[in-house]
Amino acid sequence: MKGAQTLISIIAFALLGACSTVKLNDKAAPVEDRNTSAPAPASAPSSASGATKSGGDSSATSAAAVDPLNDPSNILYKRSVYFDYDQYTVKEEYRALVEAHGKFLAANPDRKVTIQGNTDERGGSEYNLALGQKRAEAVRRAMALAGARDSQLEAVSFGKEKPKSTGSDEAAWAENRRADIAY
Amino acid sequence: MMASPKKRLFLKTIGATSLLGGLCPIGTALAQLRVEIAGVGANQIPIAIGQFWDDPAGENQITAIVAADLQRSGLFRVIPSNDLTSETGAIDDSFWKSKGADALLGGSLNRADGRVEIRYRLHDTAKGAALATSGLKVNPQFIRLAAHRVADDVFEKMTGIRGPFATRIAYVARSGNEYRLEIADSDGENAFAAFRDSEPVISPAWSPDGSKIAYVSFGPKKPVVFVQELATRQRVAVANFKGSNSAPAWSPDGRRLAIALARDGLTQIHMVNADGTDLRRILTSNAIDTEPCFAPDGEVIYFTSDRSGSPQIYRMNPSGGDVRRVTFNGSYNISPAVSPDGKLLSYISRRDGRFQVYVLELANGQELRLSDGPSDESPSFAPNSRYIMYASKSGGRANLSVVAVDGSARYTLNAKASTIREPAWGPFTK
Repeated sequence: MKGAQTLISIIAFALLGACSTVKLNDKAAPVEDRNTSAPAPASAPSSASGATKSGGDSSATSAAAVDPLNDPSNILYKRSVYFDYDQYTVKEEYRALVEAHGKFLAANPDRKVTIQGNTDERGGSEYNLALGQKRAEAVRRAMALAGARDSQLEAVSFGKEKPKSTGSDEAAWAENRRADIAY
Repeated sequence: MMASPKKRLFLKTIGATSLLGGLCPIGTALAQLRVEIAGVGANQIPIAIGQFWDDPAGENQITAIVAADLQRSGLFRVIPSNDLTSETGAIDDSFWKSKGADALLGGSLNRADGRVEIRYRLHDTAKGAALATSGLKVNPQFIRLAAHRVADDVFEKMTGIRGPFATRIAYVARSGNEYRLEIADSDGENAFAAFRDSEPVISPAWSPDGSKIAYVSFGPKKPVVFVQELATRQRVAVANFKGSNSAPAWSPDGRRLAIALARDGLTQIHMVNADGTDLRRILTSNAIDTEPCFAPDGEVIYFTSDRSGSPQIYRMNPSGGDVRRVTFNGSYNISPAVSPDGKLLSYISRRDGRFQVYVLELANGQELRLSDGPSDESPSFAPNSRYIMYASKSGGRANLSVVAVDGSARYTLNAKASTIREPAWGPFTK
């Protein structure tokens, strides 16, 4: 754990090196991989909503000492894909993340994921459910293209019903326009 | 009767046009309900309601329940009277006319053999003749229902329209992390949870006979459509396919459900038997198609689709043919609901960033905005086609509101400790 934190600090330093005012012991900053416009960085790793839990018993899947899903330095540690307002395609900055999960599944055919689409709170429950599905489906398709089998992937939607951020401002809405890859 | 604590929603009536609005408490039994009277003045029928004989004050006081129902409807102006007025005896028409009453309701209760008999008379003060003399006998636990039936009868005799009071509503209440699918009387009383869970519930839909509710539960860690029998609480998953399952709508004969499934990727409309058998996809598009809703004749299904680039309401026949666009105003029209008489279509439209309830007269395309909230949702018609219940937010609270289809009256149901949304108004019962 201590090693991991050191590693995080190093990554953080590398990422934010230019920015002298950033505290290196700020736990929120290091795991953020998104561009400066993206809000609420800290929640990305914890957002796997149960994924880390099930990821824990995956030691059999690989010879590595650390489950890549539980390794904060591994791209597979990140499971959230964020979308712009009224957008339903996977942004360039998340392509590597989604492909990595697709390849991981291709290499681990016994693993399965649910891709959970979400929307912000504006508008009706059912239409938002369909929009969240569209986001989940975009991620599912990209993972399939990267080699994951259909039987390993299920795209579902929570619409606006399970918001990670309960606020009613642009930052909260941006946080909720999201698809989570749940192992 | 179950000894569970009695739950109720709190009622607030607001005039949509509150020019003449004023506060008018009616009867001491309504101490827990706040009733603000609509300002529709001249259109309201003035009716005097005398105190029924042997009708003790309290939450089950017939006189007060009838008065509250009629007042809330926006079509009546209740002239309170402290006079004991039975269903028999001479009536001094000139006295009641001098009080401005077009009609007088009086009655009495008679308890015998463990049952309660309610007798009442509705009297026309202009004609000096009875409009209705009737009675009904119920077990004591159904006394509120009986009162609503009296109000229904008065409503129908005076307006020619079937009364909406002796009906039930379904909605989703949330307190903390608990979601409850609740069923209550139309005035929010006698609420009970038909289903409770720690995962969201949305889109309740009454079977046409009122015996079952279809809804979407996130209990299985994703949206799944269930049908639950209210009497037995038995429920079956009628759509639990890969992907999301949602938006159940009953066919008018109660045998089938139109549903939205994402099993093929995009959300598309399917039909399934009410027991989950015989699934068929009825419409294929490369856009979102959801929120199916049957017209009462079963010949048309309205639905939401974003095939034009933004969500709009369309119609089709039940086999997916003859698709036509219905809404053209605004770039966001969702959640279609057809009135039970087939004449009106209600939906949510976003205009200037606000989501509000609209109603469209299908015969002539006339559109009317009925609500003024920033984020109204889920319109549902009363079985008499004259009122629409919808989810609204005010002051950060989620409530249910009811508005007359001509915009003449509005009231709100508040739950004390919960947010309530996703309303569905049940059918008439016998």
